[in-house]
Amino acid sequence: MSKDNPKKSIVIIGNGISGVTSARHIRKASSHEITIISDETPYFFSRTALMYVYMGHMRFEHTQPYEDHFWVKNKINLVQKRVSGIDHHKKILEFVEGSTLGYDKLVIATGSKPNRFGWPGQDLKAVQGLYHKQDLDQFEVWSDSIQEATIVGGGLIGIELAEMLHSRGKKVHFLVRESSFWNKILPPEESEMINKHIKAYGIDLQLETELKAIESNENGRARGVFTSKEEFIESQWVGLTVGVSPNIDFLKESGLAIGKGIKVNAFLETNLPNIYAIGDCAEQTEPIPGRRPIEAVWYTGRMMGETLAKTLTGEKTKYAPGPWFNSAKFFNIEYQTYGIVSASPNQKTEAHLLWIHPNKEQSIRLSFNPSNGELLGAISMGIRLRHIVFEEWLKKKTHMDTVIDCFKQANFDPELYPTYEKELSSAWDSLKSKNNLLKNKL
Amino acid sequence: MTLTQKKGSLILGSSGLILLLSTLFFNPQNNSLLLSSSMLLMISGSLIYFKEIYGSSLAGIKNDGVWFNALTSKGIWGWLLGMALTGFYVAIYWFPELLGFHADGESTGLVRVFDPISYLLNGNPATQWFLYGTMYTLAILLFGVKFIWKYRHNRYQIIRTLSVMFFQLCFAFLIPEILEKLNPETPYFAKDLKNMWPLNYYFLDQWHLKNMLNGGNLGLFFLGFGLALMFIISPILTYFYGKRWYCSWVCGCGALAETAGDPFRQLSSKKMSVWKFERWMIHAVLAFISITTIAVIWSFLSSNTEISWFTREQFVGGIVVFILLTVGVLFFWKKEGLSKDAKYSMISLGVILVAVLSIQAFSGEKNILFINSYKLQKWYGFGIGAAFSGVLGVGFYPILGSRVWCRFGCPMAAILGLQQRLLSRFRITTNGGQCISCGNCSTYCEMGIDVRAYAQKGENIVRSSCVGCGICSAVCPRGVLKLENDSLENRINSENYPLGNTL
Repeated sequence: MSKDNPKKSIVIIGNGISGVTSARHIRKASSHEITIISDETPYFFSRTALMYVYMGHMRFEHTQPYEDHFWVKNKINLVQKRVSGIDHHKKILEFVEGSTLGYDKLVIATGSKPNRFGWPGQDLKAVQGLYHKQDLDQFEVWSDSIQEATIVGGGLIGIELAEMLHSRGKKVHFLVRESSFWNKILPPEESEMINKHIKAYGIDLQLETELKAIESNENGRARGVFTSKEEFIESQWVGLTVGVSPNIDFLKESGLAIGKGIKVNAFLETNLPNIYAIGDCAEQTEPIPGRRPIEAVWYTGRMMGETLAKTLTGEKTKYAPGPWFNSAKFFNIEYQTYGIVSASPNQKTEAHLLWIHPNKEQSIRLSFNPSNGELLGAISMGIRLRHIVFEEWLKKKTHMDTVIDCFKQANFDPELYPTYEKELSSAWDSLKSKNNLLKNKL
Repeated sequence: MTLTQKKGSLILGSSGLILLLSTLFFNPQNNSLLLSSSMLLMISGSLIYFKEIYGSSLAGIKNDGVWFNALTSKGIWGWLLGMALTGFYVAIYWFPELLGFHADGESTGLVRVFDPISYLLNGNPATQWFLYGTMYTLAILLFGVKFIWKYRHNRYQIIRTLSVMFFQLCFAFLIPEILEKLNPETPYFAKDLKNMWPLNYYFLDQWHLKNMLNGGNLGLFFLGFGLALMFIISPILTYFYGKRWYCSWVCGCGALAETAGDPFRQLSSKKMSVWKFERWMIHAVLAFISITTIAVIWSFLSSNTEISWFTREQFVGGIVVFILLTVGVLFFWKKEGLSKDAKYSMISLGVILVAVLSIQAFSGEKNILFINSYKLQKWYGFGIGAAFSGVLGVGFYPILGSRVWCRFGCPMAAILGLQQRLLSRFRITTNGGQCISCGNCSTYCEMGIDVRAYAQKGENIVRSSCVGCGICSAVCPRGVLKLENDSLENRINSENYPLGNTL
């Protein structure tokens, strides 16, 4: 099919998971000319693994999923340049150093950049985010001269930075605006579990605390921060991890419709012909019900790449991901989630079953529809769950009784680990008997 | 952890080692005193050290700084340790007199220091091999404790490590030595129940077969058990559990790699080119040892007609039938699984077949392809048994990683691997679409498998070389990998997309 189409030149800006996934799948299904442009690094690497390079678990080259010969063998051209603009009339890209490159189809997959909210001192030396390879290199330059560090922002990158600094024996102050870690996503018990876990590592976790200003030393380098609690914390390095936003500044004059990100329809098409956007930098104009217009997550980037590759190889396809899933690791507590579990659910439409291990470091939470008992989602801490089983349960709107009965199928912990089906089952029974209303309806 | 305690324990342990090694240069007055005091210093020093590095921090993955440490990232300490270990192996194999072993007289120095334990266990003075066996077992026990401390949050790792410690201590060390003491009259044969052909490459040698046949009930038991292990027990266990039942739960080489070798597991190469080399190399070794063994049995049957149960013609006929059956089964029932690995097995088997027929065609009594079978055997013993498994296999831990022998040279691993790839319930399951391609799994795979290459595509890992150590699963930050024994159906899965999308 697509192999018969005339050969086109497909240019992808960005060599992250979204761009590289689309390139791989375009190559699988066609013989189009493919070029990936990235200023950041010559080869694709796993951004989520940068923390392990700083911690000494891996060298940078270990974060590169493909050997260098892969790109040659698959005829994917790699260009290490920085794009300054797009001329969609001429169908060319302009590079910072002055050269240009023509395209038939253009894919924008430029990812995110760390947010900064105009704090006094945010441009001092040794104040930075952690997103790009260059951020890691810069961090490494400062690292030896850090005794104490302050991290601002209680998200996933914030806690990663805390773990990184801790691995090198630095004293870490962790400022979190919310009353508990990541509590917009994590329900109270799980969030509290992570608060305790963070503190157990000797991290100075300061909840409901915001950054006021960063103080400079005589060399223009950060020497400490003032917090909203009028406290001064000495720190030779400040990490700003208050979220990320689409990395699209260079596109302001391009004629692309831009909101927070590059606006795309369900086919990942922008307002301009032959230009598409995927991954963190794309903003869905018709988001999938119950989900956000920008999802800056590895997995959604991957799936957008897969979807767009179909469109570009002759089979126009809508972006339609399956049930939501995500995972993370907070120091040594693994987190997985499937489907919808709200941090503070509407009691009428979403009820929760929660089982917490007596060790307080493992738990399973299942959310369900209280009116009909259908499974809505799951969060597990310190226990691995099987993706395929949850995807099937969620797609089939499986009843909680079945989920509880068959929970063994969903266990993905290593062999010989203790299992918790019985505990979960009795927690479910007592929830049902406690709540007569629920019992009658189920 | 406190730095002083760490340093103190290191000094304590190394003083024990230095005390022991000092006997390379002088003969102590009291062997028992020197041995027990140096052992006490080494054991207590290491245990305190392990407690300091792992016991004082919270349970979890302990890979901080692995690639900054000169010992574990091919730095100066890695090279120095590699040279020291290599030197030790060279001395053991080819210059035992340096260690104090004298073939035609009383031993001295380091070897003699081990006399008290040797007399206690087997009733004879120590040899360099007794010294080696004791230190080997001690290393597995001590570093096994360290490993358990390191992975104390992981029950699979704890139980697996206890298993290798048990098999090394009892099956490889204590039981053979004690049996030796209880049967002083019987001629020598290998008494390590778990050490089967072809890992024990001389199992089917003339002298070894003769000694077993002349070894009374014990000898016949070991002969029978050795054959049963090869042809019945191992295939059944490998079918249900994969080759891990042996390679990372029982085997002595595996035991050392998994305990003392653990700090070096990340040094194995994950390059595609090295994988290609590995497949040729390991199957070539398998073919070599098979030809050698067949030739040796042929000569045995030729010259020992009176104690043989069958003739050399029957033997050759049996081998040919066995090989044809195996090839037939592979081709007609496993066609869809015939990947590269399988083709290599075909080639190896074909080579063996040709070789066997050549014996028939050309040989007088002891010659295979005009080469003396015992010379062939000697070369194998020198090249593979000593140089490869010892010097390169362990001596190069800090440079090439802990499983060089198991990956490139072990014929046992090759046989188990072929079965694991083609006829086993074992696989590493990938958890749908949860992989983030971070690379921890590949980095810490001691066998050099690029685990991530499969995981990021949502494919299960079914590789002949996988020894099932379970570390990829342990270091995965997103809960993506699980070692499992499940049905044969869909064991090798290859979807266009990992789970999560609706394409």
